[in-house]
Amino acid sequence: MSALGRVVRSGVARRRVQTVLIGLATTMAVTSSVLGGSLLEASTAPFDDAFAEQRGAHLSARFDPTKATAAQLSAPVAGVTATAGPFPVLTITPGDDGPGPRSPLTVVGRADPGGGPVDAVTLTEGAWADAPGEIVVSADGPYAHSPTGSGVGRELTLADGSTLTVVGLARSVSRTADGWVPPSWITTPDGHQVLYRLATADTAEQVEAGRAAIEAAVPEGALTGSQSWLVLKQTADRSIAVFVPFLVAFGILGLAMSLLVVGNVVAGAVGAGTRRIGILKALGFTPAQVVRAYMAQALIPATVGTAIGVVAGNLLAIPVLAETEDVYGAVTLTVSPWVNAVVVAGALVLVSVTAWGSASRAGRLRTVDAIAVGRTPRPGRGRWAARLTARLAVPRPISLGLARPFTRPVRAAAMVAAVLFGATAVTFAVGLASSLNQVQIARNHDLADVTIGVERPGTGGPGARPPGGRAPGGKADPDPVAVSAAIDAQARTRAHYRTTRTTVTVAGVTGSTKVVSFTGDATWDGYQMVAGRWFTAPGEAVAATPFLNATGTRVGDTVTLHDGDRSVTVRIVGDVFEMSNDGMVVLTDTATFAATSTDVSHYIAVQPGTDVTAYVESLNKALEPLDATAAPGGDDQASDTIILINSLTAVLTLMLVAVAAMGVLNTVLLDTRERVRDLGVHKALGMTPRQTVAMVLGSVVVVGVLGGAVGVPVGVALHQWVLPAMGESAGIGLPASAFAVHEPLRLVALGVGGLLIAIVGALPPATWAARTSTATALRTE
Amino acid sequence: MTTPVIELRDVSRRYDDGPPALSDVSLTVGAGEAVAILGPSGSGKSTLLNLIAGLDRPDAGTVTVDGVRVDGLGEAGSARYRRARVGMVFQFFNLLDDLTVADNVVLPAQLAGMARGEAGKRAAELLDQLGIARHARAYPGRLSGGERQRVAVARALMNRPALLLADEPTGALDTASGEDVSALLTELNADGQTLVVVTHDLALARSCTRRTIQLVDGRIAGDVVAEPTR
Repeated sequence: MSALGRVVRSGVARRRVQTVLIGLATTMAVTSSVLGGSLLEASTAPFDDAFAEQRGAHLSARFDPTKATAAQLSAPVAGVTATAGPFPVLTITPGDDGPGPRSPLTVVGRADPGGGPVDAVTLTEGAWADAPGEIVVSADGPYAHSPTGSGVGRELTLADGSTLTVVGLARSVSRTADGWVPPSWITTPDGHQVLYRLATADTAEQVEAGRAAIEAAVPEGALTGSQSWLVLKQTADRSIAVFVPFLVAFGILGLAMSLLVVGNVVAGAVGAGTRRIGILKALGFTPAQVVRAYMAQALIPATVGTAIGVVAGNLLAIPVLAETEDVYGAVTLTVSPWVNAVVVAGALVLVSVTAWGSASRAGRLRTVDAIAVGRTPRPGRGRWAARLTARLAVPRPISLGLARPFTRPVRAAAMVAAVLFGATAVTFAVGLASSLNQVQIARNHDLADVTIGVERPGTGGPGARPPGGRAPGGKADPDPVAVSAAIDAQARTRAHYRTTRTTVTVAGVTGSTKVVSFTGDATWDGYQMVAGRWFTAPGEAVAATPFLNATGTRVGDTVTLHDGDRSVTVRIVGDVFEMSNDGMVVLTDTATFAATSTDVSHYIAVQPGTDVTAYVESLNKALEPLDATAAPGGDDQASDTIILINSLTAVLTLMLVAVAAMGVLNTVLLDTRERVRDLGVHKALGMTPRQTVAMVLGSVVVVGVLGGAVGVPVGVALHQWVLPAMGESAGIGLPASAFAVHEPLRLVALGVGGLLIAIVGALPPATWAARTSTATALRTE
Repeated sequence: MTTPVIELRDVSRRYDDGPPALSDVSLTVGAGEAVAILGPSGSGKSTLLNLIAGLDRPDAGTVTVDGVRVDGLGEAGSARYRRARVGMVFQFFNLLDDLTVADNVVLPAQLAGMARGEAGKRAAELLDQLGIARHARAYPGRLSGGERQRVAVARALMNRPALLLADEPTGALDTASGEDVSALLTELNADGQTLVVVTHDLALARSCTRRTIQLVDGRIAGDVVAEPTR
């Protein structure tokens, strides 16, 4: 082995703690980068890939068949590069043929899935509908499932008594239909659908320009509705896009901390080895050899750490991406090789550059200086702090420790930065978790003590909601008015309202919109407004942000809801936080939209101090003749997305806190080792192990307090910046309660968290100092 | 002999697989005695000093100082023992450079939990007694070697120890400063302070102690008490 090799080997082996720290810091940095990078990539690629693969429609347009002929719809239009259609379109509403809501379906007549230039629908299960009476339904729609699992084979009964058999499931990334039937099955279409690919469709303005050109090319009034691919993209990305700003924030924090810690560890290792470098140079090592030796000493553990980090990041990404896959749809998500490659290269380059910078500085030192520098800090720094702390009314070991950071201000600043990042991460994470819980509360609006007929997720499969709270085995839907009367007659009832859900359509919007008609005051049940106010007068309604976005309406606008032959126009007076039906929901009063559905739920608040179980038992006796059943309220089911974000938050925060503590550990360790002789003197003068621990821990108190004091407000600011961005990415507005989560006491506790990070990081070196033999310490040069 | 302050019985110490640093050493030092431990490098002088100071433990034998069995003490116990009963003076002073002279001197008392006022008063008294009161607010780096060793002695005496251990106290000093420190140690012993000095310097041993113990290869090769000069 060459002399250089021996020097590197002994350097790696003898400085075990720093070797391990470099390895650990790199592992953490690489793990978090692989995870974050994979999720970032997964957050943007699936829709675009699927859209490109299916040659998705930039614009889906629907035309009135009485105003435009097939020939007119097929005419070339400037700016349109490809078209598919016209296809006949019909809206059908299958009857109550089994479990599941009775949602209207927009079905399109297509002879094949389409291998043409636009909207090549992917058949995910079964076969294409070739014969009359067969239908292929959307894999993302309500009829894709049956109690036994797949919806293939399911019979859908229509109003005229005819049936459609589901023969396949398919997915159109352009969401051009809820179902596909043979064109011959639609004899009297509601409209014609034409799918367009535009020359330029990257922005809403470009798509709108294309729409205008198409509208101008057909007879006036022929275009009855259209759907932009950009809206679909936003909808498709909604669940997953919520991660992007969150991961960017964590990614930046992680990257900055990794830079700091790796840089600090490597620079510290070189700094602590200055005397050794002097000896090497005295023995004839050139500056270049010194640089190579110290770069190798850093790169060996960094390479091992990187390898472990890549494996850990990929392993951690598997369940996270699987969850993400479910949220997004049937797209297989894996960690991209390029993510691994970029992260590995980035980590090693970072370590190399840092090590090179520190080592080249040490390599340039004159040999005599390098040997003379030794390990003793330059005297004189921080003496004012030592004088000041000596006057403090605290035990002397602590006051001695308190003055330490001022003797090495740069090193102390690096520690403050590490703690600051850690405190920022914890504050951000806690704030985010609280916000998401508030979102969950607002989403569930589950303040009702008792409910009747409310869907319980995970009980009985898709669509298992008992209409109107019908008791098992009941034959008819309970009369909601009679149920309400029974509730009102019940002793200890404080408040009560009922809702009736009706599925409607809105011109230009594919898919269903839910209208929830309220009877009674519901404002006590946790509904939270993003903007505007709750409805108070007939003709008024509130709607969720996704509905407003999809329809292009704002608070103050009117919108017309179609329920069969009936059309009801309502004025939107508020943007309500409501995520059911993907936010395609309008809430209004029964007086505005008289419900025709039997999908009724009752929500009850009982008087304070009431035994809810006894109340439910008593109410159920009264409801027995009505064939309805009450249940205790409080829907505490968290959404998959929120569970996923909470899990990610916990994992990423723990990693960042660990990296922060490692930064402190490394610095305190360097400091303690440099001062080992002083430590020996203290112990020779009678400093006990406990006092030694107190002194070392005391040296990070200022660092911890300062890091916490700055990190907490930075974390709050980051939270206030990321949260709206998350909502915006997901296409939802967030209620005010999601922002007002930082209580003063909690902030103080989080500030103390910064101190805890510092203490935890300093504890191992403090213990080492306490255990160091006094005689050995006194002999140390 | 007066009441023993130091009592070693059959003490042995060996480091790893090397030859014994000390082998079956038995030794008694009475209160008020001044003893010099002499011997070449590797003879076991520092090991003996470390065992008496509670900085190290023997492999065999017992070490009793001022009535305390030092060889059985744990880390915390030996720290408390040192600050209560032993003062140490080192060859290279071992003053803490970032503390003033006064803060260096007062440190052992503070570690022992002495009240601030009382500790300050005692430190001032010692600095005055040793002729370095004017340097109380100075930092050790600005003092001469002799003055630094005086500060170290003041620090060692802060908690009124039963025993003062000095490890080559003049080894880093010029001749004049060495004689100055030697005179100081003699004076302290004359006032009743029990003193053990480890040194190569025969002149120092003769000037400030009456008893000299010669160590060779970890064994006591001679224990001589000089006749008092008439």
